[in-house]
Formats: sequence, structure tokens, C-alpha cells
Amino acid sequence: MATAQAHADTKWWSGGKSPFNVEYGKLMMWYFLMSDAFTFGAFLISYGTIRFSQNYWPDPNEVFNAFPLAGHANLPLAFVSLMTFILIVSSVTMVLAVHAGHNMDKKGVIKWMIWTVIGGIAFLSCQAWEWAHLITGEHAVLINGEIENIGTTVTKNPWGPAANVAGHDGHHVGTPGPVAFGGYFFGITGFHGFHVLSGVVINIVMLIMAMNGTFERKGQYWMIEKAGLYWHFVDLVWVFVFLCFYLI
Amino acid sequence: MEHAIQEVTFHHEPGGKEVVKKIIRTTIILSVITIIELGMGLGMYAIPMAAGLKLFLKGVIVILSIAKAFYIVGVFMHLGEELKNLIMTIVFPLMLFIWFIAAFLYEGNSWKNLRNTYSPKQSVTAPAAQQPAEEKH
Repeated sequence: MATAQAHADTKWWSGGKSPFNVEYGKLMMWYFLMSDAFTFGAFLISYGTIRFSQNYWPDPNEVFNAFPLAGHANLPLAFVSLMTFILIVSSVTMVLAVHAGHNMDKKGVIKWMIWTVIGGIAFLSCQAWEWAHLITGEHAVLINGEIENIGTTVTKNPWGPAANVAGHDGHHVGTPGPVAFGGYFFGITGFHGFHVLSGVVINIVMLIMAMNGTFERKGQYWMIEKAGLYWHFVDLVWVFVFLCFYLI
Repeated sequence: MEHAIQEVTFHHEPGGKEVVKKIIRTTIILSVITIIELGMGLGMYAIPMAAGLKLFLKGVIVILSIAKAFYIVGVFMHLGEELKNLIMTIVFPLMLFIWFIAAFLYEGNSWKNLRNTYSPKQSVTAPAAQQPAEEKH
């Protein structure tokens, strides 16, 4: 390839040009994402440390088994799979928008950015439902010899080991689980959800700018590329949130 | 251009259908890996199995997730197409995670063991014996 040959022959560090061959904003976006990776990494590792220090930790298949409009059907991981696929698909539409930008295809950029924004909003809606379900979904738990109905919050966790007592409805009664479960779950998925929210806002701004022809006048769609990097990073973080909270 | 210094010397070639093909192929790979992960996660729940096998499956799921991350960063974020020096400035610092994860999970496990073996009576009856050992640190 001609470009590859040119790359090899170029003296990148002899001055007069950017030694990394990228625009300043894109380079800084990469470094921001690296630092953000450390932030999320620290959160997830902290979660792992606390989880390793506990004798009992709730099984995600039992906690996350609900689906909207499915009543009390036991559908472990079904809803979170849907959320994961929504985010993967919105990442794909984003990369198609970046590709359309490389080809100066204004209509393509607008079309794929609209799909990306829709995907982001769908993901946030799913997360809102999941949070509401966890907080308001109450379970019978044996606390100090009495049965109480509690939902999952940052101070209460009904997902402990089962007690040797049957509730009046025939369901087995649990004991309180580690409180850190709710704190880490809402803290980390909330921090990720806030990234998704800001990503959606950034994508909407990019969509409006593309519609107004701002990038067409500039002669390049680099801004779409930078927004795309951020959006893919949000998807990347979800891969690990999904791994740590739902799969293992 | 008024600027003496150019930010970008060579632009990536726009590419046509083969780029879209690559994107679709990566999408399929990511979806298949996710389905395999879900299958293993559900398998650990539905099929009773030994703790060792469960741990092994969890390890496999972690490796599959890292593979997903590799595809997202390399293909969707186009990091693979950048100059090697740029890739290294981003990837090299992330190697801190190897120590970070190992050290903290070991620490968490140690807390669990200490809590499980800790007995208040023991420390009340034998404080003199433990005192010199603590000073050595």
C-alpha cells in the first residue's frame, strides 16, 4: 500500500509535523478515554475486592431474572442481554456514521447518527426500568426474627442466603445479603449510565451540526470521529460492567 | 494553510465496501461471543457443577470479554490503524491493570480469610504473645 510505504519513510520525530499523525482533539480524546478507563477500572476492582472479601455474594441469575410485561416469569439474564445487544448495535451504527463521514456522505452521517441516538435512548430506558424494578421489587427477608419486605437499594439487600422459613405465600424466605451489592451495582451502572446520557447529548449535538452542514463546510467530519470514540468507549465499558455484574 | 505545522500528514484512505464488510464481520463476531458468554452464564445457573468447573467457566468468560474489548478498540475505534507509537502510549499505561487487579483481589481474599479465622477470645487471652510479632513490621 502506498500509504504504508509513506509511513515507513517518514521521519516522524524530525519536527514540522505531528509525530502521531492525528489531529490534536482526537489524540486528547484518546488520552481522556485512557484516564476514564482507569476510573472505571478502579470502580470495578474495588467491587471485586469487596466481593472477594465476602463469604456470600448474590447469584446474578437470581437477581436479574425479570423482563418487562413478563410478570413473575423466571428469565435470568434475558433483559440484560437485550440491553447489551442494543448497545452493540448502536456502536455499529456509530461506526457506520464515522465511515459515511470519511466519504463526505452527509445523508449517511445523519441517518446513522439518528439510529445511534435512538439506540442510546433505548439503552437508558432499559436501565431506568431495571433500576425501578430492583428498587421497588420487594422480597420477604428474615431480619431479627421478623419477616420484612425489602427491595434492593444502597442500604438494603434482600438477596442473602435462604432462611429455613417459609413465607405465608409458600415462597422461601431469604436473609439479608451483603449491603455492598446494591451500592456497587447502582454506583457503577449509574456512572456508566451517566456516560451513556452524556454520549447521547454529544451525539445529538453532532447530529444537529451535521444537519446544518457545519462539517460539510469544514470539509471534514472529524468531530463525528471523536464523538464516535467516546461512544465506542461507553460500549467497551459496558462489556466489563456486563461481565462483572451479570455474568460472573 | 497559515500554520507551519501540519497536524495530519497522511489521511487514512476512505475505503468503500470492504470497510462496511469488515464492520459487519466484527458485529457478527461480537454477537456470537456475547451469545456464548450468556450460554455459559446460564449454564452455571441451570446445571449443577463443581466449584472448580464454575471457576474455569468464569475464567473463559473473562477471556472472551477481553477478546470483545480487543475487537471494539481495534476495529470500531480504528486504533489498529494508528501509528505504533500512538498505540503504545495508550496501551502501555493500561498494563498497570495487571498488578492492580491481582493485588486488590488478593487483598480482598485475605480480608475474608482473616475475618473467618479471627476470634476475639484468642486476642484477649494472648495479647502478650502477639505484641512482639507486630512490632517487627
